[in-house]
Amino acid sequence: MGEREAISSFHSYFLFSSLCAEAMATGQLFSRTTQALFYNYKQLPIQRMLDFDFLCGRETPSVAGIINPGAEGFQKLFFGQEEIAIPVHSTIEAACAAHPTADVFINFASFRSAAASSMSALKQPTIRVVAIIAEGVPESDTKQLIAYARSNNKVVIGPATVGGIQAGAFKIGDTAGTIDNIVQCKLYRPGSVGFVSKSGGMSNEMYNTIARVTDGIYEGIAIGGDVFPGSTLSGHILRFNNIPQIKMMVVLGELGGRDEYSLVEALKQGKVNKPVVAWVSGTCARLFKSEVQFGHAGAKSGGEMESAQAKNQALKEAGAVVPTSYEAFEDAIKETFEKLVEEGKITPVKEVKPPQIPEDLNSAIKSGKVRAPTHIISTISDDRGEEPCYAGVPMSSIVEQGFGVGDVISLLWFKRSLPRYCTKFIEICIMLCADHGPCVSGAHNTIVTARAGKDLVSSLVSGLLTIGPRFGGAIDDAARYFKDAYDRGLTPYEFVESMKKKGIRVPGIGHRIKRGDNRDKRVELLQLFARTNFPSVKYMEYAVQVETYTLSKANNLVLNVDGAIGSLFLDLLAGSGMFTKQEIDEIIEIGYLNGLFVLARSIGLIGHTFDQKRLKQPLYRHPWEDVLYTK
Amino acid sequence: MARKKIREYDSKRLLKEHLKRLVHIDLPICSAQVTESTDFTELLEKESWLSQRRLVVKPDMLFGKRGKSGLVALNLDFAGAVEFIKKRLGQEIEIEGCKGPITTFIIEPFIPHKEEYYLAISSERLGFNISFSECGGIEIEENWDKVNSIFLPTKSPLTDEAIAPLIADLPSEIGKKIGNFMKGVFAVFQDLDFSFIEMNPFTLVDGEAYPLDMRGELDENAAFKNEDKWGNLEFPLPFGRVLSPEESFILDLNDKTSASLKFTLLNPKGRIWNMIAGGGASLIYTDTVGDLGCATELGNYTEYGGPSEEEMLKLARVILDCATANPDGRKRSILIGGNIANLTDVGATFDGIIRALKEKKSELKEANIHIYVRRGGPNYLTGLAKMQAVGEELGIPVEVYGPEAVMTGICNRAIEGM
Repeated sequence: MGEREAISSFHSYFLFSSLCAEAMATGQLFSRTTQALFYNYKQLPIQRMLDFDFLCGRETPSVAGIINPGAEGFQKLFFGQEEIAIPVHSTIEAACAAHPTADVFINFASFRSAAASSMSALKQPTIRVVAIIAEGVPESDTKQLIAYARSNNKVVIGPATVGGIQAGAFKIGDTAGTIDNIVQCKLYRPGSVGFVSKSGGMSNEMYNTIARVTDGIYEGIAIGGDVFPGSTLSGHILRFNNIPQIKMMVVLGELGGRDEYSLVEALKQGKVNKPVVAWVSGTCARLFKSEVQFGHAGAKSGGEMESAQAKNQALKEAGAVVPTSYEAFEDAIKETFEKLVEEGKITPVKEVKPPQIPEDLNSAIKSGKVRAPTHIISTISDDRGEEPCYAGVPMSSIVEQGFGVGDVISLLWFKRSLPRYCTKFIEICIMLCADHGPCVSGAHNTIVTARAGKDLVSSLVSGLLTIGPRFGGAIDDAARYFKDAYDRGLTPYEFVESMKKKGIRVPGIGHRIKRGDNRDKRVELLQLFARTNFPSVKYMEYAVQVETYTLSKANNLVLNVDGAIGSLFLDLLAGSGMFTKQEIDEIIEIGYLNGLFVLARSIGLIGHTFDQKRLKQPLYRHPWEDVLYTK
Repeated sequence: MARKKIREYDSKRLLKEHLKRLVHIDLPICSAQVTESTDFTELLEKESWLSQRRLVVKPDMLFGKRGKSGLVALNLDFAGAVEFIKKRLGQEIEIEGCKGPITTFIIEPFIPHKEEYYLAISSERLGFNISFSECGGIEIEENWDKVNSIFLPTKSPLTDEAIAPLIADLPSEIGKKIGNFMKGVFAVFQDLDFSFIEMNPFTLVDGEAYPLDMRGELDENAAFKNEDKWGNLEFPLPFGRVLSPEESFILDLNDKTSASLKFTLLNPKGRIWNMIAGGGASLIYTDTVGDLGCATELGNYTEYGGPSEEEMLKLARVILDCATANPDGRKRSILIGGNIANLTDVGATFDGIIRALKEKKSELKEANIHIYVRRGGPNYLTGLAKMQAVGEELGIPVEVYGPEAVMTGICNRAIEGM
C-alpha cells in the first residue's frame, strides 16, 4: 500500500518511458470515404452510423460489410430515405477479401470473444484500425493486441469504449448518440478541435461543450476506461498534432494509470506544438479513506502519482492549459480557442445545413407523433412481460398450481380456466385418441413418409393431412348433428330416419368390430367418467337413446368413441355453465373437437415416425400383387 | 471489474499449485488460514505440520508493513499461535489512516533464514516489469537503489539472457536457482492472469527458493478463463472498507447483472446525495461537489450504467432511504445527473427512479428533499418531463435541465440555500 507502491510505480514508469514513445500511426485515421467492417451484427449502432453518413452527405455508407459468425446474406438498413442491403459474411477473412478497401474494424463482440476476433482482424492486411466496444476484456489479451498493433503500425481504439468520430466524415458505432445530439454538436461538419478522453459518456458531453465554445470537433476519440487501453491519450494527441486542420486539443483524463505522464513527456519534449487544454477528473478520490474502485476499471485511487491532482499539476507544469476544476474547463477551452481566433489561426468554418433524417417509425410512434395500424391481433397469449402468459395466466402459476395439458388447452383454446373435471376429461380424450395402430390412414401415411427418409415434421403432417371427413372427422360432425337434433327436440327415431332420408350416415354411430353385446371399452370409460363428474349428461343420454334405436336396426351400429366424445363435449360445454349459447355454437361451428383429434393423434404419428426411424425401415413400395391393374 | 488484490494465503496457494503444474517446481511451503469460523481442532487434523513445527502468524488483510506494526508473531508453537490470534481476532486496528477489524490470519512454518531476496513482477501496458534485489525485507524502501529491474516486452520470453542483469551479482549456483524460480513465477503470473506479484522477501531453504511474504493481484476480467485454475477464490475488500448493509445489497445486485451499479456510502448524515449515470460523469459530479467546498456534505458515491427499470428502482430506493434517514429540517439535495447519453434511453432509466420517488413520498417531504436533474441523450425530453411531473405530483421541488445546461450546474443549485 501507499508509499512503496508509489516508489515502485514511479521507478518502473521511468524505466520504460523511453520504450513507450509513440509508435502509433501518425495523422488522419478516417476520411469521408472510410468504410468499416462491423463485427457481430447490431442493428442500432450500424443504423446510427449510416444516419450520420447521410447527415454528412457521404456518398457511400460507412459500413461496407457485416461479419456475423455463422451467418451469411444481407442486412437491410436505411441510408437516408432509401433501404440498402449490406453484405453479411460469416468470417473476418471472407469479409476482408470481399471489401478490400474497408480498413476499419468495429468489434461489437462480447468481452469473452472480443480479443480473439480483434486479433484476427489486426492480422488482416487490409485492416488498419480496430475499435473494441466490449468492457471486461482481460488485460493480458489487450496487451497482445497492443503489441501486435505496435509492431504492425495499426491502431486499436478501446476496449471498453463507445469509439470515436471524425466530424463530417466517419463515426464509430454509437458515438455521439442521437441524431439530434449530433446536429446540436455540429458533428456533421469538421471544426478545429481534437478531443480525446477515457470516458465514452463524457466524450459525448464534451462534444456538446466544445461545440458551445468553439467551432466544433474535428476528431474525437474515447480510448476507453481500462487500465491498458489499446491506444492512449498521448498517442492520439500526437496524432492530432500532425493533422493540419486541428488547431487545438482538449484532453479529459482520469485518476489511475500513468498515461497522462506520456503526454507530459511529449509536451516537455516539445513534440506538441498546438495548445492543449487538459483536465484530469477524480480529484474527489481524496475524500475516500480506503482504496476505491470508481466507475472505470482504470479509475482507482492508487499511489499519489496516479492521483488527479498530481496529473493536473504535471500537465500544467508541462505547458498544458489546466483549469482549476471541471466547471472551469469550458471557459479554459473557450479562452484558448478565442486566442487562436485572435491570432488568425482559425479559418472560419463554412456552415452547412444538414439534411433532415427521416424519422424511424418506431421512434415516431414512441414520441406520439404518428400512429400505425397493427397487422396482427392476438388474444390468447402474451410473451412481452417477465414471463409468457396463457390467457393472462403466467407460466409460473401454471407450473406451480400443477396444471395439466388439459388446463393449458382450456386456457389457449377456450381462454378460460375450466374446472378440473373438464380439463381431466379433455386429457382422457387426448389419451384415448392418441393412436389407433399402424393401419389407419394417418399412421400409414406417416410410416410411408418416414420410410421415404423425410424428416419428423414432413412425416407428421403427411399423416395429419388425411384427417378430414372420412378419417377422424367424425367427432365434430357427431357433436353437430346430435346437438342439432337434441336442441330441435327430435326423437331418436325422427333424427335417424331424417338422416337416412338425406343419405347421411349418422356420425358417431357404427363400428367395424364392436357390437351391441361387445361395447367399446373406451366409450364405457368415458361415459362412466361423465356420469360421475359432469353436472349434466343430457346430450350423452340422447346419444345412448339414438344408439338403442340404431342397434335395433343392426348389431354393429353402436355408439363409437367419436360419438361418445362428441356428445359428451356438448355436455361439458353446456353443463359447466362457463359458456354462453353463442359461444357453444361457435365452438362447434369452428371445429374445436377436430382440433382435439388432431392434437391427440399427433402424439401417435410422432411415435410412428420415431418407430420407423429407429427400425431403420427402407423405402416403402407397394407390391404389384396388391394392385389391380385394369383398363 | 478490474485488478483485484488477493490474500497472501491465496497468492501462495496459487503459486504452489501452478508452479508444480507448469514447471514442476515443488515449493515446500505450507499455509493455513484462520478466520472467525475456523475450528482449530479440525485445522490441526488437516494441517498436521501445525503441531510439528515452530510457527509464524500474521494478519492476511491486504495491508503491508505488518512487521513494522507489530502484528507478526514469530517462532510460536500451535498453542501460542492460537492464543496470539484469539487475542487479536475482531480487534480494530488502524493502518495508515484506515481503521478496521482484523478478520483473517495466515499461519506458516517459522523459517529461520539469513538471505532476504526481493522479487516483483508487474504487468505494464507494453510488457512486464521484473524487479529483483538481494536486499529484500522490511527495509526494501531504504534499499531501493539496490533493486535491479528489467522490462520484458509483451511477446518476449523470459530467457536466461533477459534475467542475467537481475542476478549478475549472485554466485552462479544461487543465480541459476533463483533464475529458474523467477521463470517459474513468471509462467504462473502469465498463465493465471496475475497483474502483480511481489515477494518480499523470499529466501533459500536447502538451496531452493522459498517465499516468506507474498502479495498478489489478479485481473478480475480474466475470471471467465480461470475458473478452474483460480479455484475457490475470494476478492476481499481493501482493508478498512466495511460494507454497510446498503452497500452489500448493491454490490450483490451488481454481481448479478450486466449493468453497472455502484454505491459507496460516504456520510450517512450528508445532505447531498448522488444518483449519477456513467463512470466518467459520476467522478466529475463528485469532484465538483468537493470543489464547491461541500465534500463533507456528500452522502454517497454512485455510478450506474445500463440498468433495467427494476434494477434502477432498487438502486434508487437504497439511495433515497439513506438520503432521508436523518431528517433535521434543513435542505437536502439529490443530484440525478449524468452526461449526454450515447445510447441509454433516458426516459426508461428515469421510470425506475420515479417509481422509487413515489414510494418514498412522505420520507422525501419529511427530509426536505430537493431534486436536481440534468441529463441529455435518447428520449431525454420525455424523461425530464416525467421528472418534472412527479415533482408536482408529490409536492417535492424538482428542477430539470437538459444538454443545454453545463453538466455539473446542478451541483451549484443543490448547494444554494443549504
